[in-house]
Amino acid sequence: MASFLIKAENIDKIYSNESVETRAVQGVSFNLTEGEFVAIMGPSGSGKSTLMQILGFLDYPTEGRYLFRGKDTKNFSADELAKIRNEEVGFVFQTFNLLPRATVLENVELPLLYDTRKSNKEENTQKIKKALEEVGMVHRINHFSNQLSGGERQRVAIARALVNSPAVVFADEPTGNLDSKSGIQVMKILQDLNNEGKTIILVTHEGYTAQHAKRILQMVDGQIIKDESIAERRMADGEKELK
Amino acid sequence: MLQFLNPVKISYRNLMASKLRSLLTIVGIVIGVAAVIIIFAVGKSAQKLIVDQIQGVGSNLIAVMPGAAEDDGPPATIMGISITTLTYSDLKAIINSTGIPEIEAGAGYVDGTVGISQKDVNLNASLTGTTASYMDVENAALLSGRFFNIDEEKNLSRVVVLGNSIARDLFEKDDPVGGKIKIKDQNFTVIGVLEERSSGGFGVADQDGAVFIPLKTAQKLILGIEHLGYIRLKISNSEMSELVEAEVASILRQEHNIQDIANDDFTIRDQATTVETLNQITDVLRYFLLAVGSISLLVGGIGIMNIMLIVINQRMREIGLRKAIGARDTDIIIQFLIETVTISSIGGIVGIFTGVVVSFLVSMVAGAMGYTWSFIISPFSIITAVLISVAIGVIFGIYPAKKAAKISPMESLRYE
Repeated sequence: MASFLIKAENIDKIYSNESVETRAVQGVSFNLTEGEFVAIMGPSGSGKSTLMQILGFLDYPTEGRYLFRGKDTKNFSADELAKIRNEEVGFVFQTFNLLPRATVLENVELPLLYDTRKSNKEENTQKIKKALEEVGMVHRINHFSNQLSGGERQRVAIARALVNSPAVVFADEPTGNLDSKSGIQVMKILQDLNNEGKTIILVTHEGYTAQHAKRILQMVDGQIIKDESIAERRMADGEKELK
Repeated sequence: MLQFLNPVKISYRNLMASKLRSLLTIVGIVIGVAAVIIIFAVGKSAQKLIVDQIQGVGSNLIAVMPGAAEDDGPPATIMGISITTLTYSDLKAIINSTGIPEIEAGAGYVDGTVGISQKDVNLNASLTGTTASYMDVENAALLSGRFFNIDEEKNLSRVVVLGNSIARDLFEKDDPVGGKIKIKDQNFTVIGVLEERSSGGFGVADQDGAVFIPLKTAQKLILGIEHLGYIRLKISNSEMSELVEAEVASILRQEHNIQDIANDDFTIRDQATTVETLNQITDVLRYFLLAVGSISLLVGGIGIMNIMLIVINQRMREIGLRKAIGARDTDIIIQFLIETVTISSIGGIVGIFTGVVVSFLVSMVAGAMGYTWSFIISPFSIITAVLISVAIGVIFGIYPAKKAAKISPMESLRYE
């Protein structure tokens, strides 16, 4: 049996308040191996962001099992989840979420501050520089984040997600707030990272953006209705054209 | 180290980003801390001033006052009630008693306020009728002339000794000795002027502003009374004061035909007890003022809490982000506590500085007004102020910080 990085089994997520019960995710199962580039695609309200939050350890599933590196995450304490988020996961958000009154360096440094593994200042500086090199932002290292353009901010956010060398990078609508040129740049960076072996999970509602991934999970009403690789799809599209 | 330095740096930038708001929050703490420092310093200095003045008269004095005192409370005469049970013969009985060799001297006193005139100068001044032994008992000194003697004391002589400042008020630059003044329209001859003494101490009118005439003259010609206001005894050894007090009490009981101690119509106090009582009174006052100061600190603390709760709402996304990248609840709590402690500590430091400066100004003003005012800043009050301001940061920061830590990263990242 192949060892999966992520194994989701029948995951449900139910939000309930006094009167209404919302099933954001229903019976989702899928596996993911290291080095994949998966796009979770669907219209708004399809549950794709909720699924990403569960997979990214920001939320617990209501039902079902979520195994990460073969371990059931159900019984992880809040501190253990924080440790996993710090060491194994990197997030890129639609709204960048950089600290406005901190420099590029300080923003990228942030995950290192919460890293409980031992490292010295020099190692940290090396990590920060390496992450910024990946996104081509070393030249802006001492600028404040509010002095950057949207595209630059998102690149810094990607560097922040990379600095602790996580197993997976989650990107939630990373191009949603960007102009098309910057969007293309950001997607190119994600693709390059994947080509270097980094696992990437992209959440998007745009078909075009999803095309950058190698595998697409199509979600509607909290369920995965289609799980196909881009290669398969291209082949199918080719067949259609031939007909 | 990095984990602490970065939040300090970031909280500093956050403070600078909303300067007015930070300033107002800090001012709340500044006022509270400064109030505590000032109350400590000014209170201590005032206490020292009063105690020094009493001890300046001599620590080996025993006062006998008419009227009974309730336990440790003040005797009725201090409240302005006139009691006539103490007389000149009581004083004589005490002085002439062979049983108390420790008594070196004793003086009787009557006080009043009278109109005094010299040529065109008219004023009201306090008058003390006393015995010739006054100089010895009170450790007083003469600037010029002499004090009245026992003969003058007994003969209803119309002689007067002037306090230092009233001598100047009446005679300006002229030599008062040999001059004439009118007290209650009766002619008196000035025979001496006392040396300056800033105050006669507790229970005695300000010596510099008073005129002194023989006891009987005061009783018969000026005040029209028979009794004594109080008696003061100078003893050779202040450690013997309790024994002397007991002896004096037994003499007075004999004189007044008192069988039961409960019926005592006099009160005996030594200087040490008076100092202690005064210290107690001023301490109570100081603690009361301190309580008032603490209220302003409390209000300042509530101000911090209020601002932090607003700040947390404003920085919801930041909190969510920090949690998303691996901050534990304790990391978030520490982050916000560092911010509140930074605010309260800045307030504390500025407050200490303000308090010290104001206390110093008070001492300058008091000095300029002629008081021997010492500028006292106790290290204790500084340490207390520092600890209090840090504690306020922690106490009023912990609730908002915990609230921030409880925010779910998912919800806060969604927060608009």
